[in-house]
This record gives sequence, structure tokens and C-alpha cells, in this order.
Amino acid sequence: MSLIHTVNKSPFDRNTLDSCLRLAAKGSSVLLIEDGVYGAIKGTEKSDLVTNAMSSIAFYVLGPDLQARGVSSDKLISGIKIVGYGDFVDLVAQHSATQAWL
Amino acid sequence: MKFGILVNEGPYTHQAADTAYQFALAVINKGHEITRVFFYHDGVNNGTRLTTPPQDDRNIVSRWSEFANTHNIDLVICVAAAQRRGICDSGESKRNGKDTDNIAPGFRISGLGQLIEASILSDRLVVFGD
Repeated sequence: MSLIHTVNKSPFDRNTLDSCLRLAAKGSSVLLIEDGVYGAIKGTEKSDLVTNAMSSIAFYVLGPDLQARGVSSDKLISGIKIVGYGDFVDLVAQHSATQAWL
Repeated sequence: MKFGILVNEGPYTHQAADTAYQFALAVINKGHEITRVFFYHDGVNNGTRLTTPPQDDRNIVSRWSEFANTHNIDLVICVAAAQRRGICDSGESKRNGKDTDNIAPGFRISGLGQLIEASILSDRLVVFGD
């Protein structure tokens, strides 16, 4: 089984998303939470980084944190799945371990 | 499945204390078990009963206390991180010659071994921080 990585800071604030995607193994997953959800928006300076990684990594974004920031689903890079806290728990259970990029 | 949760961020800082709580709630709602919530670094500030947020704001500390009481969850504060930040129970208070304690109901102060034990006893350890 593979890892699930959580990224909780904006890629325009910290380099944790860059570090995560540089080191995440093929077949692992990334869940964007808190300010990390800004990394899921299409048409930004970081969108290509995410889009390129999507060929080998599954991307998820926490819906309540998108809503709290007024980011609607039509603004997202296509292929990123919106999940809730219950799905967050399921994702952690489905992967062998969790790595929080703080 | 057994979950351990590590909280490294204080309340009302960014969002980690809130995310950790919402995640913990979801773990219980999904029918899983929480072996322990361990509060480390600035996370120890989640456990002071002297917190008094405005009435229209969430009370992060009492929310943890109620959660622990309702679901019988072990909330553990790291002693070394707590001493540095002025979080103490009655025993710690007496031992260090303080005039009061401030630990919130449902929390207890212990050592880092409790984090190691939680990670051994849990199937998953999930970290929330700044």
C-alpha cells in the first residue's frame, strides 16, 4: 500500500507542496487541506506542477476548506477529487501511512 | 481501525487545531477508535481551561474536553512542552511552586513516551500542525 501526503499551506506561501511532489512516490496520494487547497486552483503559477504530477499521483482536496475560502469547484484543476472529513478518514485508512508536510 | 492523532499547533493560530478536531470527530463517526490525542509543541495550549473566547466564537478547548468526555478519549499534553508554556495540573503546579493550575477537564499531562506508545498501538498516526 502507498502513502497519503497532506499539504496544509498555500504553495504561494510555503514550498511544502513542491517538496511533497518532488519526493512523493508513484502511486501515492496527496490531500490538500486548509490553505493547501489553493494548490488545487487551475490557471495559477503552480497549476502545471500539480497537473504534471497527476499522471502518477492521485489528488484530493478538502471540500469544507474550499468553501471556507470561496473557491468553487469550477475553479479547480480537473481530475482533483473533492472530499469531506469522512472521506479524509477513509483515505487515511486505505493508505499504509500518512505524511504531513508541515 | 485504531487512529492516533498528534496536534502540534495551538488553538486560534491557523487551522490545525480545528482540522484535528473535525478529523477526530469523523474518525469516531466512521466507527473507528482513537487510541490517544497527543498535544505537543504549541499544541499544548489546546489544554488550558483559562481560555475565554468571545461567546460567538467556537471554544476550541472546551470542545476537546466535551469530545473526551463523550467518547472517552485520552487527551495527553507533553510535560516538557507544557512547562515551557505555562500549562500545569495541580501536581505540576505544587511541584513548581505556582499559585494555580490551568489544565482543562479531560486532559492529562504526561511524557513523550505516550506519543510513542500511541503510535505503536495505532494502525495510523495522523499529524496536524503549522
